Amino acid sequence: MIHSSLKALSAALASRQISSVELSTLFLDRIDRLNPEINAFVTVDREKTLAMARAADARIAAGNAGPLTGIPIAQKDIFCAEGWLTTCGSRMLSNFVSPYDATVIRKMHAEAGMVSLGKTNMDEFAMGSSNETSYFGSVKNPWDRSRVPGGSSGGSAAAIAARMAPAATGTDTGGSIRQPAGLCNLTGLKPTYGVVSRYGMIAFASSLDQGGPMAGSAEDCALLLNTMVGFDERDSTSLDRPAEDYARDLDKPLAGLRIGLPKEFFGEGCDAKVMAAVQSAIDEYRKLGATIVDVSLPNSHLSVPAYYVIAPAEASSNLSRFDGVRYGYRAPEYGNLDDMYAKTRAQGFGGEVKRRILIGTYVLSHGYYDAYYLQAQRIRRLIANDFVEAFKTCDVILGPTSPSTAFKLGEKSADPVQMYLSDIYTIAVNLAGLPGMSLPCGFVDGLPVGMQLIGNYFDEARLLNVAHRYQQVCDWHLRRPDGID
Amino acid sequence: MSLTLEQVQRIAHLARVEVSESEALATQGQLNGIFELIEQMQAVDTRGVEPMAHAQDLSQRLRDDAVTEADRRAAYQSVAPETEAGLYLVPKVIE
Repeated sequence: MIHSSLKALSAALASRQISSVELSTLFLDRIDRLNPEINAFVTVDREKTLAMARAADARIAAGNAGPLTGIPIAQKDIFCAEGWLTTCGSRMLSNFVSPYDATVIRKMHAEAGMVSLGKTNMDEFAMGSSNETSYFGSVKNPWDRSRVPGGSSGGSAAAIAARMAPAATGTDTGGSIRQPAGLCNLTGLKPTYGVVSRYGMIAFASSLDQGGPMAGSAEDCALLLNTMVGFDERDSTSLDRPAEDYARDLDKPLAGLRIGLPKEFFGEGCDAKVMAAVQSAIDEYRKLGATIVDVSLPNSHLSVPAYYVIAPAEASSNLSRFDGVRYGYRAPEYGNLDDMYAKTRAQGFGGEVKRRILIGTYVLSHGYYDAYYLQAQRIRRLIANDFVEAFKTCDVILGPTSPSTAFKLGEKSADPVQMYLSDIYTIAVNLAGLPGMSLPCGFVDGLPVGMQLIGNYFDEARLLNVAHRYQQVCDWHLRRPDGID
Repeated sequence: MSLTLEQVQRIAHLARVEVSESEALATQGQLNGIFELIEQMQAVDTRGVEPMAHAQDLSQRLRDDAVTEADRRAAYQSVAPETEAGLYLVPKVIE
């Protein structure tokens, strides 16, 4: 049962083969057993979870269940959930019990009837690519416990990989859904910017942040995305679009599909064995009837530099709200108000968050704004335009998700620049605001390899279709880590 | 370009983050490494390129000027470090 797809779990719940209370207990028991070592969850509250499961069972019994009613899910601890500790991986919010629900949480709980298993560990304020910046300790990759699960949604990824949850929410500002999905053999999707509400999702870089699903397959992601999207007047950049069923095109044949390979993603800088796994996926797609075309994203090498101006600039502004006055941590001892702010923020934030706040403060400051911030925004335009050009000759873009498989705990944590470069293939997608996903495409020395699919704006259904057809002919996504049974 | 120690301390002050001398030194090295990466941008000729602030070309929505939220002051203040009579308490700022 624990390895079942969401569709199979939904059928089992509908046929009363299992109740939501039984199913949730199954996963809660696994969390009790496996989490002390993996550290994927920051907060678990059995009573709250079981209360939601009982309500879901009542809904199923009353005959008004939706497709995901009663399905347990893990929530990234960036999503505010009423009555739940919501830490964002930070000491700053280590005592913050949210008084309200994020829109994504409300949709999953109140509308879909899903059952939250707990809140998952993450890089502090989603700033990291290894989950090592969390105040609550690093997370171990279930595929190799001496390695990172990726980040920032590393707890969500490890929770699913160890089957402590059948699915999870994530957020992606520069690759934080796709990179951990890739490193943990999962399927994860970052939607088009504006499709999923950011209300109640603790802000990192507001023009880039986007929530999305992480699960075992493209089909599961489609079902989850259906519950997560929708216009929200509480999010000023939420898009008002007609509802769509993201699972509608899953089975559509791929004959005639044009897959673009950006030459910049297939050059040096990527591990040769990772590249070989991606190449065999390309061969699979040829067999499925797709046409492969060469495309170019000539400015993609500038995406990491531009991102490390834009994201810290927005973060320095967003994180100014953490001042020890209205919520969260306050330093125990201080002098005047300024001293209270400075000590609270020095003690409440970890090193990576402080670094990014300082970068952001600098690039927005008088005399540097034009040279850094505006220049980064102009380069952002060039990067977005590259995709517009590329999509004139292809329908989706394919490449590696990350330049390597999961790296060792501690391997990159002392060198911020090396860490930043692990997101070299994912960041451009956020700058452009496009949808992107990662799905498993093989193994190197026992570690999962993810391939990335990038779609045009609002082309999530097509991305899911392209991923699903691959998952019908390849079983990489069904492989399990040793000891996870 | 590289940041001086004084610049690091000045930025930290602007950001209201207390840093000790030794932290500022360590931070200086890390920030300069990051700025080395960022400097790649400066070689690009972007004259005539419109800065892109946002992925979607949106204008801010307006709504009716009407009360839409319930009064939840007690719930919101229950998570504050220090409150009294519905007010947030901070160190005295006006003598």
